[in-house]
Amino acid sequence: MDQGFFLLFATGSVITALTLVMARNPVHSALALMACFLQISAIFVLLEAPLLAVIQIFVYVGAIMVLFVFVIMMIDVREAVLQRFLPGGNMPALVLLVLLGIEMLALVLWSGRFSLTEPVTVRGGDQVRQLSTTLFADYLLPFEVASVILLAALVGAIVLAQKEQG
Amino acid sequence: MVPLWWYILLGVALFVIGAAGVLLRRNILVVLMSLELMLNSVNINFIAFGRYHADFRGQIFAIFVIAITAAEVAVALGILVALVRNKSTLKVDDVTMMKG
Repeated sequence: MDQGFFLLFATGSVITALTLVMARNPVHSALALMACFLQISAIFVLLEAPLLAVIQIFVYVGAIMVLFVFVIMMIDVREAVLQRFLPGGNMPALVLLVLLGIEMLALVLWSGRFSLTEPVTVRGGDQVRQLSTTLFADYLLPFEVASVILLAALVGAIVLAQKEQG
Repeated sequence: MVPLWWYILLGVALFVIGAAGVLLRRNILVVLMSLELMLNSVNINFIAFGRYHADFRGQIFAIFVIAITAAEVAVALGILVALVRNKSTLKVDDVTMMKG
């Protein structure tokens, strides 16, 4: 049951990711990325991380993708930009990618450390409650730093995107 | 149950596809979206390891990755809008202003 669902969502996410890279039009790429994020959030649900699944949908699909589509609509995509993905266009990068993939596959498949099949059972209680207790007790300072970084990014984006006056 | 290495293999696949998008495409928008894909594959690995070792730190670091990604995308799209306003190009090869 679980394995069937995992295979379904994994296949869907890989196919949409390939569509993202191959698509000619950036709008199609953005829509494929949105579908891929939805599949990944389903995988988070399979991993029993419901809070992360909701955050994934809210932040990525709700905010970041809307930002992408908005910017794509704002800057008109000219015909020169609409170029097809050519796999043979950049040979050194392609060789590098194949080497990277083979290396990571070898590391994962030949190592015995990733062969866990049964997850360790979590101590009883509400998981989201335990997660938020850990987040706001042990990781309070990184949380606040992240909020300051978000504020700085907000101000920086406004300053960058506004028109030059004078 | 699903074995752990299935999740790791999914992360590997998405990471390589995202790296292909970053290295092979010439459109800045697609490059940015491929970066998002790579960060998401890392998130899958974080949460899978956290789940299989009963440790919440995986989910916490995934939350931080998502927050930093949101900041990165906001700044990157602001830079992109400013770039298009000044140079009206979206190809990575045409942006050589810092070459000196």
